[in-house]
Amino acid sequence: MRVERREDISLTALLIAPFAAIAVALALCAGLIAMAGVNPAAAYAEMLRGAFGSRLAVTETLTRAVPLIFTGLAAAVAFRARLWNIGAEGQFYIGALVAAGLGHSLLSGLPAPLAIALVMLASMAGGAALLVGPALMRLRFGVDEVVTTLLLNFIVILFVGLMVEGPLRDPMAFGWPQSVPVAADLRLPDLVPRSRLHIGLILALAVAALVWLVQSRTVFGAETRAAGLNPRAAAFAGVPLTATLVKVALLSGGLAGLAGAVEVLGPAGKVTTTMSPGFGYAGIVVAMLAALHPMGVVAAAVFVATVFVGADAMSRATGVPSFIADVIMSVSLLAMLTALLFTTYRLRR
Amino acid sequence: MTEPILELDGITKRFGALTANDAISLRLRQGEILALLGENGAGKTTLMNILFGHYAADAGEVRVHGRPLPPGQPRAAIAAGVGMVHQHFTLAGNLTVTENITLGTEPLLRLDSRRAEAKARIRNLSETFGLPVDPDARVADLSVGERQRVEILKALYRNARILILDEPTAVLAAPEAEQLFRILRGMTATGLSIIFISHKLHEVMAASDRVTVLRGGRVVAERRTADTSPAELAELMVGRSVTRPRRAAHPVGAPVLVARGLTVREGHGTPLDAIDFDVAQGEILGIVGVSGNGQATLGRVLSGLARPLAGTLTFDGRDITRLTPRQAVQLGLGRIPEDRHAEGTVGDLTVWENAVLERLREPAFSTRGFVRRAAARSFAAELIRRFDIRGAGPDTRTRLLSGGNMQKLILGRNIAARPRFLLANQPTRGLDEGAIAAVHAELLAARAEGAAILLVSEDLEEAVGLSDRIQAIVKGRLSAPVTAEAADARTLGLMMAGIWETRHAG
Amino acid sequence: MTEAFDILLNASLWAAVLRIATPLIFGVLGALVCERAGVLNLGIEGIMTMGAMAGWLTVYWGGDLWTGLLVAALAGLLLGLLHAVLTVVLGLSQHVSGLGITLFGASLSYYLYRLWVQVGDLPPTIEPFQPLHIPGLSDLPFLGEAVFSQTAPTYLALLLVAVTAWVLARTPLGLALRMTGENPHAVEAQGLNPVAIRIGAVMAGSALMALGGAFLTLAAFNSFFPTMVQGRGWICIALVVFASWRPGKALLGALLFALFDAFQLRLQTTVEGVPYQLFLMAPYVLSILALVLVARRARVPEALMQPYRRGER
Repeated sequence: MRVERREDISLTALLIAPFAAIAVALALCAGLIAMAGVNPAAAYAEMLRGAFGSRLAVTETLTRAVPLIFTGLAAAVAFRARLWNIGAEGQFYIGALVAAGLGHSLLSGLPAPLAIALVMLASMAGGAALLVGPALMRLRFGVDEVVTTLLLNFIVILFVGLMVEGPLRDPMAFGWPQSVPVAADLRLPDLVPRSRLHIGLILALAVAALVWLVQSRTVFGAETRAAGLNPRAAAFAGVPLTATLVKVALLSGGLAGLAGAVEVLGPAGKVTTTMSPGFGYAGIVVAMLAALHPMGVVAAAVFVATVFVGADAMSRATGVPSFIADVIMSVSLLAMLTALLFTTYRLRR
Repeated sequence: MTEPILELDGITKRFGALTANDAISLRLRQGEILALLGENGAGKTTLMNILFGHYAADAGEVRVHGRPLPPGQPRAAIAAGVGMVHQHFTLAGNLTVTENITLGTEPLLRLDSRRAEAKARIRNLSETFGLPVDPDARVADLSVGERQRVEILKALYRNARILILDEPTAVLAAPEAEQLFRILRGMTATGLSIIFISHKLHEVMAASDRVTVLRGGRVVAERRTADTSPAELAELMVGRSVTRPRRAAHPVGAPVLVARGLTVREGHGTPLDAIDFDVAQGEILGIVGVSGNGQATLGRVLSGLARPLAGTLTFDGRDITRLTPRQAVQLGLGRIPEDRHAEGTVGDLTVWENAVLERLREPAFSTRGFVRRAAARSFAAELIRRFDIRGAGPDTRTRLLSGGNMQKLILGRNIAARPRFLLANQPTRGLDEGAIAAVHAELLAARAEGAAILLVSEDLEEAVGLSDRIQAIVKGRLSAPVTAEAADARTLGLMMAGIWETRHAG
Repeated sequence: MTEAFDILLNASLWAAVLRIATPLIFGVLGALVCERAGVLNLGIEGIMTMGAMAGWLTVYWGGDLWTGLLVAALAGLLLGLLHAVLTVVLGLSQHVSGLGITLFGASLSYYLYRLWVQVGDLPPTIEPFQPLHIPGLSDLPFLGEAVFSQTAPTYLALLLVAVTAWVLARTPLGLALRMTGENPHAVEAQGLNPVAIRIGAVMAGSALMALGGAFLTLAAFNSFFPTMVQGRGWICIALVVFASWRPGKALLGALLFALFDAFQLRLQTTVEGVPYQLFLMAPYVLSILALVLVARRARVPEALMQPYRRGER
């Protein structure tokens, strides 16, 4: 048996791939759940109920999906241009830190919408700056950006710790390392009353649509795709590879930074070193499940949020360790990667 | 008549819809040199890859000394005494000659390689067969000719009795090629049997005992070399008489592109060394030479991808020494790249995207940063119609086009812009005769419309047929031009061997 | 200044250097073996986590320490096989597959640990490897404490550096492995199977990585806790580049790195008024700097990250 290239990409296979991958992941993880002495079907039902069983659960799942949409877009945009940004976690934290830093004092004199927009832009700039470094290091010195962006994650989180124990420390937090809360009028308005769901969701959907528009309809989008698929041919056609990669880095880092800002201005209200349960890394899973398509990112983000929120509820009800959510996610990623192969290759004999 | 040492019997191999080999049978006798002649795509390389076990045939059998070889196992082929010299060398540049040769010859779990023995044997083989090479040299530091010797030594080291060489002269200059064939002849004297693959008639005539001609995946003829003629072989190989268009006499205008003292450094080398040339309006200037003598760099400079260290390049009197690809498109310098897959097109984009990729920023194809998709699609549709690009619509993924149709797309997007200058870098490499004729006709039509064309080609017939004047490139230096009329085979041979320099110096 | 000097002259610093370097030596050797065969293994972080958990659990369940190391290596072998199937057999993106393996190895370790181990206020502990007392050598002044009072796995790591260096440079197997990383087509043309060689290399390398993880729970600490690998895997990936893919230089890189780490740990306690996070950042910053300094000059295996499919060029 061997794999052979298909003559054309199979669109059917591309549409089925994520569902097949998720099915495989759930089937494999059923074994792990059974090892805990719990009926997997019951556990999955519990997960679904936990994620969608009540108004509160639905809003909670969607709230969790918001940052995942942003980090998923960040990964999708970068991966499409073959820029391996694994640093969305760090860029998220920089965005969060900038938002908390600006949000608690400096901008309180301005009208709220303007101030919020400024905070978001500043957070995006922070995230963008964090990725431009590795992008330039790759272009100038040939340093693999995977390693540098990963290492920067650790550096940034330590830096956040330094800030929340130092200059940004909240003196009212009984010694917990957390920042001063952002001003109340800078917090994002609720979308659904008496829930944590905020208008960040609308923003996330709008940004996803915008990213899709840029990728599929603009000169920049076309040049980026060409550069990602065949850099030599793109350079021959006059696409400036360096500038394109830097722009992609700005966009990707900015999106991850925006995730941090929205999380701080939305449900969190402050920054802590544990505020992200791996939003940056989960963004990679989201992007892959979406086959790097911006609108697919939205759906994939809701799926991953469902797994996270549902697994917490399931864990409380059944005692299965909630780490099962991370296992499901990682197996989905590997399964999706394999499934994508069959959109361009087929098995022979 | 001696027993055949090697027999291929009814070999059939399909790749999807394409039948690369269709029930091919051939025999090789001991001490014989058999030439496998055919055009690109005739199935020669596929056949040899089956013989060596890189591919498994769908049907048929390979027998060495009457014993069948298990399919798909290079190891079995090697053990049976078959050695292969690939066209694209299978060497590791970072490793030494000895390491490249001895790989796979010792039991893998031996605790200490016997390197001294290996080196002694390599030296011995080098001397016996006249293949000098330093066993301790890093392969990356060797010349192309030396690398080929390493490939041959690899086979000899493993006691090959049958040697297969795939297009062995593609990378060699004429004197080197002659020397290679002398060495091969010497090998047959020691009992080796040799198959070499070629599409060059003159070397088949000069070096083989027998010729098998392949066309479209089938054996169309088998001849004793002494009993055939180049004319007969040419007709057998092509199968029909396709006549390439001929250049008509035509007045040339003022110089359009002028290079003076153009020099490029890359790493330690100087791939272009103070070259001068002019291309005039309505003229085709041919640059001929064996591959790897600076053609690629010349192509990169004229495409805006490499910066000269010294010298000037002017276009209609304007300095374009520091050309960028975008500037080239804006100024009307058309560019047909050397490698249509790696540089000419993005295979996973559609035909329309590839048609307009280099002019995306022009108002015709975008407004305020948004692509004018309808305009781009209709431009692509127009190219498809006008340049007879088959099997494609504007939304077809470019990967699916055949080489010839891909080349027509590239040619079309350049010629549609009515360029003042056109760089045609190996424009017909790997195409079949029909596509070659179409490309030649388009180049001559552009010339008739007044374009200045620089044709870089390794195909002498093509260069002589199309060019008004010809210069040879050897080790990054250009010869003085000769007119097409003065370019007989002897003159060109001397030029490509770099002989002009001594004459001019004297 | 004199403070720094005092720290450097202290034998306990050098003992700590070897201890800190040990997991890095295992990890960097593992990454090196994979990459020399042409496969980037970003699964390292998850494989080390799995090794740490599997080794610890074996001992917690009553196995002896060497069995723990063995089980860790087997766990690494399996994750390596998974990475090899995805990247070598199927030819998938080595970047994405590696990250997937890391997420999978880490999350599965945490899940199984929580499933099988009752965790109270403090994580349960085991009796780890103790420093060896080598008669004569351990009693030497300075060197005795600095070099000859380590735990057995540290000496194993040093031995493996020599073994790896020898195998790569002097044996036919090593030649085949290096050639696979340079040009797999050449390997096939000589009758060997580059796919099998790559699978073997990735599995062996992953086993080494897992040993590095196991050292953390079986020698450096005595318990397992999530996130304990702390980016050591990524640092190993950087160290391979720094070492230009050579085992000897890799050892040197790991030692230099550990020296820096041990030094900053001691500075933390002696220098007042500098936030401890700045010290903790230093190793990561150092890794990035090292990459920038050497990346241009590094001699990368030519076929690194290039999938090999028979008959496709």
